[in-house]
Amino acid sequence: MQRSRRDFMKLAGVSALGLSAGTLGFLGQGAQAADALPTATDFAKPITAKQWAMVIDTAKFDDALFKKVITACHAYHNVPEIPGKQEIKWIWTDEFHGAFPTERPAFLADAQEHRKYLLLCNHCANPACVRVCPTKATFKNNEGLVVMDYHRCIGCRYCMAGCPYGARSFNFRDPQDFIKDMNLLYPHRTRGVVEKCTFCVEKLAQGKMPLCVEASGGAMIFGDLADPKSEVRKVLKEKYAIRRNPSAGTEPSVFYIL
Amino acid sequence: MYNAKYIIPGLIIFLGLVLFPFIKGIGQPELKIETEKPKNVKECVLKTEKMRDVHMVLLNEWRDDVIRNGKRVYTNEAGKQFNMSLTNTCMGCHENKDKFCDKCHEAVGVTPYCWTCHNISPVKKEGGK
Ligand code: SF4
Ligand code: SF4
Repeated sequence: MQRSRRDFMKLAGVSALGLSAGTLGFLGQGAQAADALPTATDFAKPITAKQWAMVIDTAKFDDALFKKVITACHAYHNVPEIPGKQEIKWIWTDEFHGAFPTERPAFLADAQEHRKYLLLCNHCANPACVRVCPTKATFKNNEGLVVMDYHRCIGCRYCMAGCPYGARSFNFRDPQDFIKDMNLLYPHRTRGVVEKCTFCVEKLAQGKMPLCVEASGGAMIFGDLADPKSEVRKVLKEKYAIRRNPSAGTEPSVFYIL
Repeated sequence: MYNAKYIIPGLIIFLGLVLFPFIKGIGQPELKIETEKPKNVKECVLKTEKMRDVHMVLLNEWRDDVIRNGKRVYTNEAGKQFNMSLTNTCMGCHENKDKFCDKCHEAVGVTPYCWTCHNISPVKKEGGK
């Protein structure tokens, strides 16, 4: 307990450093962020893991926090806002039965029934999307992140069919016109490629926490699933948590405390 | 030689066609392209001549290193370190794609699709798309 708390403080310190180190370009003011361009020194102290994972404390979320967390991600990563069926989403919400279709509680408690749940790519330990990608554009890196190499994506959408969680979106058209305030520090995607949450691989490389985790103010916990001393493991030891559609056998790395 | 009367003229025509661009180029003034260099920075990641030759190779290696190997810091011959990023490092200095990148690319007729995703200058936004 003492020990893991210290670990957490270390991590918190790193995150705080990250915050103060200037995410000036944060909400699309890239144009003014000349001095905030990440340099080699920003990548000197990455945080690493065997399998990154996330715990989401669903009771702590309300509409305002959902909005804050989703905006933090979508604004920074230039995720376009396209209404309707061509919507692109990295992180979004759904009600209980949509989020957990294989959990079938007969009489679900009101609190859980009327709550919304934050959904994103689960960075599965055994990802179906990786297995079906014919070009290896989607692959699992050595930190357990399921990453996309957009350069290699041919837009076949096998991964979308393979993913049991609907975590991927396809760019039917050029997303550029649907990005309100372009963050010039981060690339956007192009027509004909699939995109999804990256667990902020570029932030972890700078020793920072993912943007949504930072924005959540403690409602989301992030850490190494393979490390028994990590913050996620500590939380999972204390609280009962479920995963989305575990019967798909993909071993999701996102856990939900109900 | 069998069919020499066909083969030899054929070879000459072939050679003529292959060498035509070079023959035509003889005596032409050297192709000079005026590009706008970054104002505040004197040194590139590599020496200018080398960069001219291999920037596409370098970018390709960077892309694989960053995305696939998680290696994000590049050390050049002088021991200087750079963030391996087209958007942030390259376009951070080369503020004007129209007056730098496009100049050569247009002259030699290549259209790289880097900028369908990578944003032009994070330092100064100019020239729209
Ligand atoms: S949630 Fe879907 S897209 Fe993400 S790793 Fe798992 S199978 Fe792949
Ligand atoms: S981990 Fe990063 S990319 Fe994924 S949803 Fe959170 S902010 Fe977005």
